[in-house]
Amino acid sequence: MNLKKMLLSLLAPTAAMIFALLVASIALWAVGRNPIDAFGSMWSFGTTTTSIASMVNRAIPLYIAAVAVAIGFQMGLFNIGVEGQYLLGALFAGWIGGNVVLWAPLHVALVILVAVIVGALWSGIAGFLKVTRGVHEVISTIMLNFIAFSLIAYLLLNWFRDDPTSLNLQTTTFAASAQIPGLNWVFTMFGFSEPRGISMHGFLFVAIAIGIFYYILVKRTRFGFELRASGMNPGAARMAGVAPKRMVVVTMLISGGVAGMVGLATMFGNLHAYTQDFPRGLGFTGIAVALLGRNSAVGMALGALLFGFMERSALILDFEDTPKEVVQIMQGVVVLAVVVAYEVVNRMIEKREIKAAAEATRSLEAGEEVAA
Amino acid sequence: MADESLAVELTGITKTFPGVIANEDVELAVGAGTIHAIVGENGAGKSTLMKILYGMQSPDSGTIRVRGKEVDFKTPKDAIAEGIGMVHQHFMLADNLTVFENVVLGSEPTKGLQLDFAAGKEKIADIGAAYGMELDPDALVESLTVGARQRTEILKVLFRGARILILDEPTAVLVPQEVDELFVNLRGMVEEGQTIIFISHHLDEVLAIADSITVMRGGRTVATVDPEGIDAKQLAELMVGSELPTPETTESTVTDVVELSVRGVEALSPDGRTVLDDVTFDIRQGEIVGIAGVEGNGQAELIDALLGIREVSAGSIRFKDEDIANWSTKRRREAGIGIIPADRHREGLLLQSPLWENTMLGHQTVKPFANGPWVNRKGARERTSAVIERFDVKTPGPDVHAIALSGGNQQKLIVGKEMIAEPHVLVAAHPTRGIDVGAQAAIWDELRAARKEGLAVLLISADLEELIGLSDRLLVIYTGRIVADLDPKTVTPEELGSYMTGVGAEASA
Repeated sequence: MNLKKMLLSLLAPTAAMIFALLVASIALWAVGRNPIDAFGSMWSFGTTTTSIASMVNRAIPLYIAAVAVAIGFQMGLFNIGVEGQYLLGALFAGWIGGNVVLWAPLHVALVILVAVIVGALWSGIAGFLKVTRGVHEVISTIMLNFIAFSLIAYLLLNWFRDDPTSLNLQTTTFAASAQIPGLNWVFTMFGFSEPRGISMHGFLFVAIAIGIFYYILVKRTRFGFELRASGMNPGAARMAGVAPKRMVVVTMLISGGVAGMVGLATMFGNLHAYTQDFPRGLGFTGIAVALLGRNSAVGMALGALLFGFMERSALILDFEDTPKEVVQIMQGVVVLAVVVAYEVVNRMIEKREIKAAAEATRSLEAGEEVAA
Repeated sequence: MADESLAVELTGITKTFPGVIANEDVELAVGAGTIHAIVGENGAGKSTLMKILYGMQSPDSGTIRVRGKEVDFKTPKDAIAEGIGMVHQHFMLADNLTVFENVVLGSEPTKGLQLDFAAGKEKIADIGAAYGMELDPDALVESLTVGARQRTEILKVLFRGARILILDEPTAVLVPQEVDELFVNLRGMVEEGQTIIFISHHLDEVLAIADSITVMRGGRTVATVDPEGIDAKQLAELMVGSELPTPETTESTVTDVVELSVRGVEALSPDGRTVLDDVTFDIRQGEIVGIAGVEGNGQAELIDALLGIREVSAGSIRFKDEDIANWSTKRRREAGIGIIPADRHREGLLLQSPLWENTMLGHQTVKPFANGPWVNRKGARERTSAVIERFDVKTPGPDVHAIALSGGNQQKLIVGKEMIAEPHVLVAAHPTRGIDVGAQAAIWDELRAARKEGLAVLLISADLEELIGLSDRLLVIYTGRIVADLDPKTVTPEELGSYMTGVGAEASA
C-alpha cells in the first residue's frame, strides 16, 4: 500500500518531465535540430564535475527562494515579493558586512542576520497592509518589488557605494572573515576530478539547514500546524483559536526572512559584496520551483537541482548553434505539467483512500452485526 | 415493457460518489398524477438520486424512463426539456427582483426583440389561479415570507412547463402553518395532473401528503409502501432498520452555579447593522440551553461572539468568574469553551488532513497534542484512537484523511474530540445536522451524559425535536434578539414556530 502510494507520487514528476522533454523535442525539431543529439550533448556536458558544481550553485538560491514562497503557500499567501526582499536584504547585508571585521563565524552570522531582518521587514510591510487595510499581498508584494529596485539603485549610488571614484558600483568587499570557503574538496574526496574555474558554494550547508528548518517548522511545530490549518480551512482555523491576522503577519515575516538569504550564497562564495550586476530574477524562478516541488522540502530541492541542471547544461547548446531558449520552454512546460499531473495523481490517491475507508467501514459493520 | 402510466421509472441506478453517498441498484416507479414521497435518513441517498433524475449528475449505471421513454440527461436543461422541474431546499431567488422577474428570469417571454411583460404576467396569473397559489407578481422577493418565496420557486418551475416536480425537503424551512398551505398547493397541483416527488424525513408530513412512499436506506431503496397501511413508527423502522430514538432528557441536572453569563450583548455587522441586540442569558452547570430560530437571525453571530471571533460592541460575557469579552479565541478555547461548529466542512475539518490532525484542531496548544512549541504526534494519535473508540467513528484508523469519512462519522469525530477534552461550556451548533439517526442518537446520549457531569451547553439547532428534547430551557432568537424564554416541556411546535417568525413577539408586545 505505502510502496504503491510512493510509486504513485513519483508518477507525477516523471510524467511531467517526459512531457516537457517531448515538447522541447518538438521545438528543437521545428528549428531543424536533432533533439536526441541536443539532449545527448546537454547530458554529457551537464554531468561533468564543473557542471555539477555550477548546478548546485544555481540551485542553492532557487531552493531558498522556493522555501520562502512555500512558507506563504502553506497558508494560501502568495509572496510574489521574494525578488525585492532578497535584493534589498543582500544590499544591506553587503553594506554592513563590508564595513566590519569580526571573528569569522560572528561576521558570517551578522551578515545573515541583517539579510534576514531586512527581508522580513520588507515583506512584513505587505503583511501589515493586508491585516490593517485589506490590501491583497499579491498587489502589495509586486509593488514593493518595484519600490525595492528603485530604493536599491538610490542607496547603492548615494550611500552604500564603496569607492565613488571607481567605475564599479558596489559595496565594500568583505574582509576574509566573511568569505565562506568553497566545497570543491567534496569532489576530490570522493575521487572525482575537481571542478575547474568554479567553486561550489559553502553556503550549501545553510541551504540544507533552511530546508530542515522548513520541514520541522511546517510538519512538527504547533505553529506549522496552525499555518497549514489556516491555509486549508481558514474558517476552521479561526474556530480553533488561530488568530488570522497575527498568522498573516508572522507568516509574511518568516517568508521574507528566508527570502532575505536568497542572494547570500553568491555573496559569501563569489562576489563578496553587493554589486551592480548582482544576480536577479531568482525570486520569480523560486516561485516556479516551489510549484514544481509542491511545497515539499525534498521536492523543492529536487526541483531546484533540476532547474540548475537545465540552466547549466543549456550553455553547451550555444556552442552547437542550437537556441538555448529551448531550455526555458522545458522549464515552463515542466512546471505546468507537474501541476496538472499532481492534481490527477492526487485525485487517484484520494479515490483509493475513500474506497479503502468505505471498505474498512463496511467490514467493521459486518463484524459488529456478527457480534450482535 | 415501458409503462405509460408511470411518470418516472428508475431501474438499477448505481452511483458511486466520492466519500459521501452511493446509490446502489435503486428502483423507483412514480405514478403519473401522484405525490410520491421519498424518505430516508440524511445521507441515505435521496439527494443524489434526485440530482440524477434532474440531470445534475449522471449515474454510473441504470436507466431512467420518463413517461415510458428512456432518457439520458447530461444537464438539468435536458431534464427541464422533458418536463422535470426541481425546487431546491435552498431557494435560488434574486432578492432584489420581483416575483415576476424571478419567475421569468432565464426564460423570458419575448415579442420580437422585446420582453413581453403582459404575456408573462398573464401566464403567471393563470398558473397561480390553476393551482391556488396567489402571489403578487410585482412584490419584491425580499419582502416575502419564506412560504411565499417557496411558492415563487414552485411557480418558476411550473412556468418552465414542468409536469414532474421534485421538491427537496420543502418543509425544512417552513413553520407549521406554512407547511399546511404548501400541502394545499401540492394537492391542487396533483388534481391538475402534475406529478410530485417529495423528499423529506419528516414522517408525519409524508404520511399526511403522499400517495405512495419509497424508503431509502444506505443508498438503496428498501421498500415502497402505501401510506394507508403504515404508521410513522413502522415507517421509521423501515428507514433506520431499528427503533427510533427520542431525544428526551430524564430528570433535571441543572445546578445553581452559573458557568456562562451573557449580559446585554450587542454586535454590529461590518456595515453597521445590529446583528445581536441586547442578548442576555445564563447557562448553569448541568444545563442545556437551547436556541431556536430561523437560520440567519443572529445564531452565527452569537457563536462568534461567544468564541471571541466577533467583537461585541456592548455588554459582557462572563465565564465562571471572569469577564472574557477581551479574551482571544485561543484563550477561551484553552479555558474550556468547546465548540461544535455549524458547518463541519467550512468550520470544523481539515478534509485533506489525517484524522489525528483534525482531532488536534482547536486543542493544538494543550496536552496531549502540544509539547511546548512542538506537535506531539504520538499523543495526538493516541487521543484520536480514543475518540474513534469511545464515539464509534467508523474508520480504518487515525491516519485516514477526513475526506474519506462519511458525514456522520466526521461529525462523530468533531463531537468526540470536543467532549473528550472535557470542556466546561460547550457551544453546540446543529450537532446532528445531516447525519444518520444512529449517529444522532449517539451524539444526543453523549450530550446528556456530559450534562449530567456538569457541562453547560448552548444548543443551537434547526431541529425542533432535538431542541425540545434536549434543552432544559428554550430561548428563541429573532432578528438578533432573544424574543422568548420557553419551557420545552410545555411548548408546542406551533407556539415555537410563531415566535421564530416574529409573530409571537408582535402578539406579546
